[in-house]
Amino acid sequence: MSTFRAATRAWLEDNCPPAMRTRMPDSEQVAGGKRAEYVRPEQKQWLDRMAAKGWTAPTWPTQYGGGGLSNDEALILEEEMQDLGCRPPLRGMGLSMLGPVLLEYGTEEQRRTHIPPIVRGEIRWCQGYSEPEAGSDLASLRTRAVLQGEHFLVNGHKIWTSNAHHSDWIFCLVRTDPAAKKHEGISFLLIDMDDPGVRPRPIRLISGASVFCETFLENVRVPAGNLVGPLNKGWTIAKRLLEHERKGIGGIGSRAAAKFEAAIEDVAKHFAGETDGKIADPVLRDRIAAYSMDLHAFQLTRRRAAEEAESGAPPGPLSAMFKLQGTELNKRRYEMLLEAEGFQGLGWEGDGFTEDELRFTREWLRSKANTIEGGTSEVQLNIIAKRVLGLPD
Amino acid sequence: MPLILSEEARMVRETALDFFRERSPVTALRKLRDDSDPVGFSRDLWRQMAELGWTGFLVAEDDGGSAFGMTGLAQVMEAAGRTLAASPLLSTALIGASMLSLGGTAGQKAEYLPSLLAGEHIFALALEETARHAPARIELKAGRDGTGYRLNGQKTFVLDGHIADTLIVAAETDSGTTLFLIPAEATSRTRLTMVDSRNAALIRFDNVAVGSSAVLGRAGQGAAILEPVLDRARAGLAAEMLGSAQESFDRTVQYLKDRKQFGVAIGSFQALKHRAAQMFCEVEITRSAVLAAVSALDGNTNDAAALVALAKAKANETLFLCGNEGVQMHGGIGMTDEHEIGFFMKRARAAQAAFGDSRFCRDRYAHLMGY
Repeated sequence: MSTFRAATRAWLEDNCPPAMRTRMPDSEQVAGGKRAEYVRPEQKQWLDRMAAKGWTAPTWPTQYGGGGLSNDEALILEEEMQDLGCRPPLRGMGLSMLGPVLLEYGTEEQRRTHIPPIVRGEIRWCQGYSEPEAGSDLASLRTRAVLQGEHFLVNGHKIWTSNAHHSDWIFCLVRTDPAAKKHEGISFLLIDMDDPGVRPRPIRLISGASVFCETFLENVRVPAGNLVGPLNKGWTIAKRLLEHERKGIGGIGSRAAAKFEAAIEDVAKHFAGETDGKIADPVLRDRIAAYSMDLHAFQLTRRRAAEEAESGAPPGPLSAMFKLQGTELNKRRYEMLLEAEGFQGLGWEGDGFTEDELRFTREWLRSKANTIEGGTSEVQLNIIAKRVLGLPD
Repeated sequence: MPLILSEEARMVRETALDFFRERSPVTALRKLRDDSDPVGFSRDLWRQMAELGWTGFLVAEDDGGSAFGMTGLAQVMEAAGRTLAASPLLSTALIGASMLSLGGTAGQKAEYLPSLLAGEHIFALALEETARHAPARIELKAGRDGTGYRLNGQKTFVLDGHIADTLIVAAETDSGTTLFLIPAEATSRTRLTMVDSRNAALIRFDNVAVGSSAVLGRAGQGAAILEPVLDRARAGLAAEMLGSAQESFDRTVQYLKDRKQFGVAIGSFQALKHRAAQMFCEVEITRSAVLAAVSALDGNTNDAAALVALAKAKANETLFLCGNEGVQMHGGIGMTDEHEIGFFMKRARAAQAAFGDSRFCRDRYAHLMGY
């Protein structure tokens, strides 16, 4: 393992461009796809070098372009990247959600077709789950897919399809049997967004950004081979994918970017002043300590769960808990930051505020989605009550 | 430092859970209270605990202990917390043994450790002088008197103080804070009857004269010995509180499944489900913090003190939550003395105050983290 660590570090030092070892502004996130735009050439260079080793998806099998690393090796890679401040070369729903699900449920042909382009960042995926009438009650979705010979004909209306307007393909939950009980008539379908019947429309959010879209599907023809898993058995796959999604969202509190994140206590010292090395306002200091301790204890719990998993203990149903706690803590972080900044936390745009101050305001607003997307906090509490505590319906 | 238990620690845990469940259920604490038991715990039970080796977990092998460490002792204390078992685990097996091991001279170890290990000698730390935990505020004076000292002043909230054989007293001397080993009968002791039915005492020192051999370690060394011992005490107590929180939570979830109103189990109501789920998260998070703290203490890592402050703060908050929600969710029956759930809420109050409430722990954490 120590040889692997040394070799990994040496490779990263040689191959990660210095520009990719700086704090990554949101505008420089790399999600790949046919329409990807790179602000700096180093982004593409870094992506290509990592993808060539399969390290954009370190634990995926090598036959599909992945890195083939063990969990322990992947952890070392992550630690070394964190330590050097390397940016993640690629992010997106292909890597975090669809890939793992295809590896588990996809046919050999589906894996060979779709996984390598995800690893290389050539195809960008988005998620067609929610609908205007199907939010927390996701299984009541109504987008219809009718099998007609070799094709499904799909009609419906999806919403909160993050980055649909920048994406190439969409994985969709569709209703294939309207007569069956609501969980039993759903299928999981892969849809090429080149079809002219797929029309994404961005939605302007409270943060001013438009990462979310609504996506209209009108007489879209989808080859029958794009069905993942058996017909009408899509709900199992849907739930598994949500577990991967929650893991990703729940990890917000402890991302690699932590190296460049402003420490909240330093922000407080800057704006509220300092007495004998302490934040001058004792109430603010106490509240920041309370937040930081809750975050610390949460991170320890993630570590404990990882250690339990490694030791071969059966995995506890903890993903709902991590999603719940991680997102609530992230919202608290931004509330604390803005509170510490006072008037300087109120800027929307312009020269009256620093870049960081403006960023915090936007991120504060963005963070409000954390406890809604991927299942609201209330849904997570329902899941814990039912599956962990065994409380009756 | 690992956050999962070794095979040995798991075995200690199982033994301790069985031991307290069988020999010291909550009914035992109730009986001690109702009988106004003069000792406040069962000496016989304490000797059995000593026989299991629990008094020696923090004592070196050369001194007759097993040096099994804080992680092991935390398993025992957590198990004791599940049944609210009263015993001198904290005062003697943790604090007494740590004081002697970390600060005692060879002579003091030889004099006191054998009877401590055998469960025959009870210790009590006389530290607090005000209504709140304030380890740096010591005004009890130990003035020079020939080659020895004379102690004058008062200590409060001395856990197991009224039945201790030896008091470990933090006093101010001309060379700074100094710890003394004082025979308890030399002082005047008033038992404090506490809301949690556990032991504490108010202790007066009126011209108590001792020789220089009563100094634990060396004069002026008090603060240096006290700090690591207090961190162990906080972590051990946090483990006990975790056990009490887990038990209060488990009993409450069971009640939500059993109790029927409006023709259904009350656990089917979302207003209660969500609060139960929140409690589950807090108990799990507290468990991680406690494991991290005892593991760091055993490994002597740099972040141990901060992790201890974190563990005690989380244990304070979580036992407070599970104790109070326990009573509320049990409804009217939870208000009765006959039902046991109220014992957990009472214990929460007393345990929170001991060795640092959450405000104290947050201040300490912030200080250790450099803000």
